[in-house]
Amino acid sequence: MAHETDSFVYRLWRYDGAPGELIPLLQSAQEHFGYIPRRAIRYISEATHIPESAIYGVITFYSQFRLQPMGKHVVRICAGTACHVSGSKLLIESVQDELGIEVGETTADGLFTLFTVACLFCCSLAPVMMVGEETHGRLTPASVRRILRGYRRKSEAAGARPAAEATTGADR
Amino acid sequence: MKRLLVGMGTCGLSAGARGVHDRLGELLAGHPDRGELAITGCIGMCYCEPLVEVRENGRRVVYGEVTPARAEEIVSRHVVGGEILDDYVVYRLEEGRPASGREADFMAPQERIVLRNCGVIDPESIAEYEAAGGYEALRKALFEMTPAAIIEEMKASLLRGRGGAGFPTGLKWSFAAGQASDTKYVVCNADEGDPGAFMDRSVLEGDPHAVLEGMIVCARAIGGTHGYVYCRAEYPLALKRLEIALAAARERGYLGKNILGSDFSFDVKIKQGAGAFVCGEETALFASIEGERGMPRIRPPFPAEKGLWRKPTNNNNVETYANVPWILTRGAAAYRRFGTEKSPGTKVFALAGKVRRGGLAEVPMGMTIHDLVHLIGGGIKEGRAFKAVQMGGPSGGCIPSGISDTPVDFEHIPPTGAIMGSGGMVVLDDTSCMVEIARFFLEFTQNESCGKCTFCRIGTLRMLEALERITRGEGAPADIVKLEKLAVQIKEASLCGLGQTAPNPVQTTLRYYRQEYEAHIARRECPARYCEALVDFFIDAEKCTGCTLCAKNCPVQAITGEPKKLHVIDQSICVKCSRCIASCSFGAVYKN
Repeated sequence: MAHETDSFVYRLWRYDGAPGELIPLLQSAQEHFGYIPRRAIRYISEATHIPESAIYGVITFYSQFRLQPMGKHVVRICAGTACHVSGSKLLIESVQDELGIEVGETTADGLFTLFTVACLFCCSLAPVMMVGEETHGRLTPASVRRILRGYRRKSEAAGARPAAEATTGADR
Repeated sequence: MKRLLVGMGTCGLSAGARGVHDRLGELLAGHPDRGELAITGCIGMCYCEPLVEVRENGRRVVYGEVTPARAEEIVSRHVVGGEILDDYVVYRLEEGRPASGREADFMAPQERIVLRNCGVIDPESIAEYEAAGGYEALRKALFEMTPAAIIEEMKASLLRGRGGAGFPTGLKWSFAAGQASDTKYVVCNADEGDPGAFMDRSVLEGDPHAVLEGMIVCARAIGGTHGYVYCRAEYPLALKRLEIALAAARERGYLGKNILGSDFSFDVKIKQGAGAFVCGEETALFASIEGERGMPRIRPPFPAEKGLWRKPTNNNNVETYANVPWILTRGAAAYRRFGTEKSPGTKVFALAGKVRRGGLAEVPMGMTIHDLVHLIGGGIKEGRAFKAVQMGGPSGGCIPSGISDTPVDFEHIPPTGAIMGSGGMVVLDDTSCMVEIARFFLEFTQNESCGKCTFCRIGTLRMLEALERITRGEGAPADIVKLEKLAVQIKEASLCGLGQTAPNPVQTTLRYYRQEYEAHIARRECPARYCEALVDFFIDAEKCTGCTLCAKNCPVQAITGEPKKLHVIDQSICVKCSRCIASCSFGAVYKN
């Protein structure tokens, strides 16, 4: 859980015109929404008086920022040098096949989003991928499929629960 | 009293250290006599993580590849029974005995200055850092030395910037010190971006106070008032440990107003990088801290004069700062006993790729590439042939095994066409196609070019296109001419280090492996049998079990065969998409 003082709303409210706050604001917006929605750009622009176009320019410059919502599990396959020479290209193809999406896309059921990253910096475990916060190393095309199916099964098994929660949410 | 330390760097955690730590916690809970459980950073032996060390009376026994089950065995037999489980020991160190253990060769040639505390102390405990001599350098800098004397000491040490360029640190500090300004910044560049390089992450995760202390000493020397650590957001653990270290240092009076009762005040903030390789370039890094697109600025004015927020700024990398406390407490002369005359001290390397022991090693400058790969790295995986090392990431180059007697220092590496770089060393074996390696790095720099300079923005794209043509078997001799010409032009017409070094991977591979380029172009052949367009796919009759998976995954039905019988690829139909290789669990599909 993020601290209250790190929250997007708090940061916006506290903003006092100090320069250099745009990137931290965008980072907290992404933390809050999971991506940076149009309305977050509008809020930030109003608070900082930085034009929306300039904010958009900063967002698209940095690879961390997303303008689209992401799937439940973000799959990041390392395409760093060590992974590349250990066969990451084949892994990327296996994952694309398994999930039926290209790099940068999200599956129709909203379960997986696939990215490649420049390096996950656990080169001694190459080839590596991260699913959410979990790191999986020394992968093969077969083990990658097994791991992804594991996540899918876990989500399906827990499938009944989110729906129940959603109902409670609506009641409140 | 025994102490059990679990290596909890990113490498350890990725390999499952959390589960081992939790299991040990359960086993030790309620038995205070058994020992105390602690965490530590990366020891460097990333290839045999998770690591658990049992320390008692100065004796260190490190166990490798520890699973929760093996952790139980370690507790019952070693911690309780007092028996050392020699089969699992990777490293053992005790007074009066030579180091032993299965992987002792990895540690033997190393000299640990930067990594002096990594894997030894708990990085989340300031008390342990102090007990290891931490913040003594700061006391000395505050109460025994003048700022000018600190700079003289740094100059005398001949420490050169470890971010890659190798600029003398003392000289750099003197530039910022010479500026008159009531505000000066001390910046630590922790935006480690070279794929295959993870030295800075390990130092921040394993010994964050060493970096902070180096920054505070620098601030004292140059009259710095504010500090920034610009760290990648992709390093959550390093960020967390930095936060803990900052809070502890403030509480103990090492940071803030009137540090340790002196008249010197200085504080440090963390800025999270948002993911842009070019921000490793200092002027782009400043732009990013200021909240803008991280695009480099024209120099001069140099950062020492007008840097962050147009104020005098000193910027060094993580490893450089981590050297500072050691140099100040032990003296420049002691530092110069390590390494070579013109490149004293040590360098941390991240060994990765096709090397048997991948991890973090700190060696004296001047060690040969051969010794790094073979003595420390343990040679090449799967008994294959050593082809080259790639040093310096996308800005660096490939050094062939034929000249692996080259000493690694700032004098001998640049003439090879590679650069020292920040310390990434990716080892390549005979299955690596050098044209493809060059393409890989150009794709990276092309993608990361900020777009400000035309030659970097468009020139790298034209180079990438030529390399793609060659690896697809569609290259022409004119492509090599074009690559060579563009390489020179991009270097000359780019503002910052990214563009000035982007052609290095192409230039070095052309210099040492021109025949591979020519084979791709003239004979439509990939000598390493890597480039798909230039090889055919076959199924090994010995390995194929007839599981039918490859046939099911083939998009063009080029594979035929009965279940449980050998499958065959029809070369006239195959489109070389590699899906059969990806689908085979038995490694039966190969390229030739």
